[in-house]
Amino acid sequence: MDNPKYISVYFDDEDPMREAVKKLLAGRETIIDVLTPFPVHGIDRLLSIRRSRIPVGGFIFGILGAAFAFGFMTWVFTVSYPLIFGGKPFFAAPSFIPITFEVTVLFSGLSMAFAFLIRSKLKPDSRFNSPDERITDDRFVILVDAANGATPEKIGAVLSGIRTLEIKA
Amino acid sequence: MFQSPLRQTLITGKKSYRDVTRQILSPMVNKAGKFWYLGITLSGGAMMFGLFMIFWTIWQGIGTWGENRTVGWALEITTFVWWIGIGHAGTFISAILLLFRQRWRNSINRSAEAMTLIAVACAALFPLIHLGRPLLTFFIFPYPNTRLLWVNFNSPLVWDVFAISTYFTISLVFWYVGLIPDIATLRDKLMSGIKKNVYNFLSFSWKGSARDWHRHEILSIMLAAIATPLVLSVHSIVSMDFATSILPGWHTTIFPPYFVAGAIFSGFAMVLTLLIIARKAMGLEDFITVEHIENMNKILIATGSIVGLAYLTELFISWYSGVEYEQFALMNRMTGPYWWAYWIMIICNVGSAQILWIKKLRRNLWFTFFLSIVINIGMWFERFVIIVISLHRDFLTSSWTMYKPTIVEYGLLIGTLGIFFTVFFIFIRVFPVISIFEVKSILKTENAFSGGKEINHG
Repeated sequence: MDNPKYISVYFDDEDPMREAVKKLLAGRETIIDVLTPFPVHGIDRLLSIRRSRIPVGGFIFGILGAAFAFGFMTWVFTVSYPLIFGGKPFFAAPSFIPITFEVTVLFSGLSMAFAFLIRSKLKPDSRFNSPDERITDDRFVILVDAANGATPEKIGAVLSGIRTLEIKA
Repeated sequence: MFQSPLRQTLITGKKSYRDVTRQILSPMVNKAGKFWYLGITLSGGAMMFGLFMIFWTIWQGIGTWGENRTVGWALEITTFVWWIGIGHAGTFISAILLLFRQRWRNSINRSAEAMTLIAVACAALFPLIHLGRPLLTFFIFPYPNTRLLWVNFNSPLVWDVFAISTYFTISLVFWYVGLIPDIATLRDKLMSGIKKNVYNFLSFSWKGSARDWHRHEILSIMLAAIATPLVLSVHSIVSMDFATSILPGWHTTIFPPYFVAGAIFSGFAMVLTLLIIARKAMGLEDFITVEHIENMNKILIATGSIVGLAYLTELFISWYSGVEYEQFALMNRMTGPYWWAYWIMIICNVGSAQILWIKKLRRNLWFTFFLSIVINIGMWFERFVIIVISLHRDFLTSSWTMYKPTIVEYGLLIGTLGIFFTVFFIFIRVFPVISIFEVKSILKTENAFSGGKEINHG
């Protein structure tokens, strides 16, 4: 390729990769992404990835679920079709609790799962081509932005002393 | 990284990341062995028998069962509660142990979650056919029907519908979210063909980006946080099916915690039954070690003791209450015509768990396997005792009667066991039975790790 978009740096373990991320950032390179076979702790902080707001979404949808379930049951038993069950009041709030709780959990859980899929752009796609088939196995890859003049040689110089497997455009 | 000398290694055998991938994926990539074919034939046969009995029930009607006017709930609801209970261990392992940062869960959570899903599906079958007219199941859902009537939201049976469907949905989401990175690993291992396309589709184009991992981890923790109260709520609500009635033996406030502890107890027993077979049959001894088995046995001691305490509390409170119906119900359990069921329950549940205080037996696989089956039987009898013995002698002596299951009902019990094991056998061939990425993430701290190349020179 004449004009590569990024340079991939391969590692066989997380520790040299973590060191390399630090060095590359110190050398003012732009890291597009880091691909790993399992979550490497601390890498999100190094790359200053903003803490995900998935929990906030889950909380909001949980509240909505609770309001919906409780409100719906209240409406059913006080407005839509009030029925007397065993002489108890129409608005029997304590017995609404179990369903309210279940719907809260359902809304919260599903909203967070969908938020995760949407934000990470994950969707079923049988035409997807993996960038490298060993990333999901035992390879750790740093993708460095090639736009501001980085070349494999230059990156290699920055990373001298760290165990890398391969640096390619 | 810090390694406590107190803790045993969780993954034995020097392994690199690649070894982990290879070993766990081998059942999906290679051909199945004899054991697998034997297993699926047996369980498939049991499943067909059960499916026929379901057909027979629907074709002929509920009259083919042994239920009568007094004992209106019997083997079917017993088995329903039993399966729901078994399902609890999966969520306990994946959610509660995740929140407590128990790393040993990483090798067993995937199969336990799969077990949950299958067990809950087996359980859901029973209320469905118990209706007698399964086509009218939709009556239980709150939909705007032509009579403008809604379901009774005050009824625990309706709560149950919400609880179990929510539980199944959230467990499915939790399980699948954890599977996505592993399906991607599987996708990348397969070279071409339809299989690769299917896994590619199922992998949701996962590529292992740091941002995706960040969200994935937060989502897992959050799902664990909401699944923890959920798992406690489900069996509580199941117990309220009984506890909110006025029948002596059912009408007690102890039921929710008692049922939840029993559920986790029986669930762990079933996980042990499955995993001891699976680790042997699939050569996963390095991932599911004696350490894991022992840890699960410790949970059996804890939950088994809670269950034993609950039995004692039940007896004490019925005596202390001074209510003669309540006292009779409990005496009838111990000394009535179904005395044998009560004592099977006591021996299998209370006695067996206490044997595990002996460390040698806790670490003995054959003994654990045997014991896990004993506990499964005991927990089935617990539900039988609660349901059938409480019902068969109620307030009026004129309506006292006995209940005896028919061949059709035994067929349903055997059939769901068949469905359970058949689906599990298919699962272990289709998806990684151990969470690959979670094992890799603890490989260094929990194992004499050999990173990539060093394995060649020792």
